[in-house]
Amino acid sequence: MDGLNIPLNHILLVSSLLFAIGMMGLMIRRNIIFILMSLEVMLNSAALAFVAAGAHWGQPDGQIVFMLILTVAAAEVAVGLGLVLQVQKRFKTLDMDHANRMRG
Amino acid sequence: MLEITLFYVAATVALVATVLAMTRTNAIHALIYLIVSLLAVAVIFFLIGAPFAAALEIVIYAGAIMVLFVFVIMMLNLGEKGDQQERQWLLPKIWAGPALLAAVLFAELLYVISTVEGPVSTTAVSAKEVGLALFGPYVLAVEIASMLLLAGLVGSFHLGRRYLERDGFDDGSEK
Repeated sequence: MDGLNIPLNHILLVSSLLFAIGMMGLMIRRNIIFILMSLEVMLNSAALAFVAAGAHWGQPDGQIVFMLILTVAAAEVAVGLGLVLQVQKRFKTLDMDHANRMRG
Repeated sequence: MLEITLFYVAATVALVATVLAMTRTNAIHALIYLIVSLLAVAVIFFLIGAPFAAALEIVIYAGAIMVLFVFVIMMLNLGEKGDQQERQWLLPKIWAGPALLAAVLFAELLYVISTVEGPVSTTAVSAKEVGLALFGPYVLAVEIASMLLLAGLVGSFHLGRRYLERDGFDDGSEK
């Protein structure tokens, strides 16, 4: 398979662009569902950087860290969406500015 | 040459879809753009020689996690009212500052990345190699991941069960 010569720094560029977009989304959104989506984007971009680095050296380690990130994302989304249901039920809104006290 | 073109096309699709996902007012529309973005990242994984990661990206990210989002958005029943509220919150004076700060951090990342050189490896890392490493030197990480998933399961069950109970549904447990 020669000809597959994607420069590593271009993949890292895509990854950091995705991370910056995700972080921007995290900061500009108040709806908790969009906040969780932005977190997904950020985790995904970090995973892309890991897989690219693993591919750079031809080692499986990058993909293993990708799987761990996948696990973290799945657990985070499960708990986060449970919290979304609770917030919607208690405050009748998804605006996180309303959920600003530790004991609602 | 073809692979490089495919990479740039997939990267562009991923970036455009992510930007669109972050700026939509309707949650379901944003979610569909996010799924497109994840599929494009899966294409990138495949092109850089990680076919197993590409398959996992589609099955777990685009499949399981996004379906979870779809179900919750359906349960919440946001509708047109939520759409208008979102539009109100997405004014330029709200997103200009955070966008600027994110751009500054991105510029720093860009500076660091510019020192990296060399192409990614030309040989694909097969699923067999990943499996051997996963259950060899990384077996402790697998155990930690399983404990994390158990914690996530218990936490989401706890949060979701109370939601069902108070809404008058009988989930079969003692009140």
